Amino acid sequence: MSVGILVFPGSNCDRDVRWATEGCLGIPTKFIWHESTDLSGIDAIVLPGGFSYGDYLRCGAIARFAPALTSLIKFVNDGGKVLGICNGFQILTELGLLPGVLIRNKQLNFICKNIDLCIESQRTNWFSEYQAQTNIKLPIAHGEGCFYCDDDTLKEIQDNDSIALRYHSNPNGSTFDIAGITNKKGNVLGMMPHPERACDADLGNLDGRKILESLIS
Amino acid sequence: MTIFRANITVNLRPSVLDPAGEASKEAALRLGIQGVNKIRIGKSILVEIEATNKEEAIQNIEMLSDRLLSNPVIENWTFDLNNIDLQQGA
Repeated sequence: MSVGILVFPGSNCDRDVRWATEGCLGIPTKFIWHESTDLSGIDAIVLPGGFSYGDYLRCGAIARFAPALTSLIKFVNDGGKVLGICNGFQILTELGLLPGVLIRNKQLNFICKNIDLCIESQRTNWFSEYQAQTNIKLPIAHGEGCFYCDDDTLKEIQDNDSIALRYHSNPNGSTFDIAGITNKKGNVLGMMPHPERACDADLGNLDGRKILESLIS
Repeated sequence: MTIFRANITVNLRPSVLDPAGEASKEAALRLGIQGVNKIRIGKSILVEIEATNKEEAIQNIEMLSDRLLSNPVIENWTFDLNNIDLQQGA
């Protein structure tokens, strides 16, 4: 089993994810440059955080046209697991693989801190290792992490049990305190918090391990 | 081919909070300007595009506006293509 990390110009959490998956969890991991369309031999894909294409136009707006994402859509349709973290989440919404959009934080400031989260759903196997309504703490680091969707979309993701993670104390104005969502099928997860920054005992927090371990479960 | 020039305006939908606009409204008060009821910040994008006729140019600008330059979940767009002032021979 191996994990692929899509790397765009401006990605800056790609090596962090690799350290977490390969260095901490022992999962074979390789980088996939955004111009490649070859995803053969890859069992799960991570879209890492960062500032793909300098966040030009809108976060993730230009990355969504990268050649690798054509292959990614097929990968998702075939049931492959995809995790988008922070900028990766933004790309997944721009791509239409997840509903809603991430916009500027309500208070305009870039927020970088540990934050308390509640695991809202165990419908997908991303969180099947956690107890229901488990509280975890993960770092966030974003300026445009305010999840926005209209009322109809919110009802749809609620009805589909697609809300994966919610903030205890909403830091950025996100609709319904949403920090992470899954697609209806459950194989795509997008989240603003960074699980890869909570996988190494030296960093004092291991709350992200189970999420990354579930890439290959 | 003719070169068309489009001025595209992208604005946040009215239902979407614009914190940068709100902050600018507060700054307007500090500048001493009273009576500013609303500031909404959008984008103005200038595009020059080659097309065989106006219909083709409009079709391509619409696709560009809808699929690249805006995100329809949060933004509306309009454009005008009235400035067809750059022309060259076919």
